[in-house]
Amino acid sequence: MTVSDLSKQSGFRSLAMPFPDREVSGVYVGDLLSWVMGRANEGDLWLTIMTNVNVIAVATLTGVSAVLLCEDCEPDSELIKLATEKGINLLVTDKKIYEACLFVGEALS
Amino acid sequence: MGEPLTFHFDVDGDNFTSAGEASLSMKKNLRQLGISPEIIRRVSIAMYEGEINMVIHAGGGTADVTVHSDRIEILLADRGPGIENIDLAMREGFSTAPENIRNLGFGAGMGLPNMKKNTDSLVVDTALGVGTTIRMTVLI
Ligand SMILES: Nc1ncnc2c1ncn2[C@@H]1O[C@H](COP(=O)(O)OP(=O)(O)OP(=O)(O)O)[C@@H](O)[C@H]1O
Ligand SMILES: [Mg+2]
Repeated sequence: MTVSDLSKQSGFRSLAMPFPDREVSGVYVGDLLSWVMGRANEGDLWLTIMTNVNVIAVATLTGVSAVLLCEDCEPDSELIKLATEKGINLLVTDKKIYEACLFVGEALS
Repeated sequence: MGEPLTFHFDVDGDNFTSAGEASLSMKKNLRQLGISPEIIRRVSIAMYEGEINMVIHAGGGTADVTVHSDRIEILLADRGPGIENIDLAMREGFSTAPENIRNLGFGAGMGLPNMKKNTDSLVVDTALGVGTTIRMTVLI
């Protein structure tokens, strides 16, 4: 499933979608950046509550297909600007991480 | 590839919200050189962790990357406080990151372990009150 399809199906709001056709090949959840850096796989959808600009560097270097900010976390405006600049798909939802995971799991299966 | 290619970066120690610049631009350079995605991923993740460490723990430093035909070398050097116990620092979960840094998502104590995991060799040279030099090699 592509990031754009996932966003449409789920109602996850798109804050930046420079690469709508990227395939979501897995899921990773985490807020500790170097933990994510060590464990997230290329193509994963990354669910987090972290909203500072370092998220973009981690997303770029791990090659995740999109970042999904959960639990209604308000991103820094700088984050959205940077996501567009660096080519990172950025989505947001008010769902709790667990509920967002259930939804994504369903959509991907 | 003939002569090795070298890249130099000054890593600013003041601004940890824009840190990662050197690693991100190195990633671009490697892509332009046609290095394989897996090698690029390993090099840029290891370099990023080292770069962030220099910003957070050492007030900045320098990064020098040399691309040889058979390997990529990353040299990180800072004049920070040094690492008191390197065996401890290499352990997963060990961190001295202060509260304000942890709030940004750092401080899992996974940076040095990630650097080790993603490189073929990692050599740390550190002295208290003098600084830290880290040399990492990734074989192509
Ligand atoms: N360049 C450095 N200068 C001084 N101390 C350092 C340096 N790099 C690492 N350290 C020390 O080693 C510890 C472990 O580093 P490591 O990168 O593994 O974890 P961290 O930076 O604390 O957290 P994380 O990388 O998970 O965000 C640090 O907390 C710090 O005490
Ligand atoms: Mg670190």
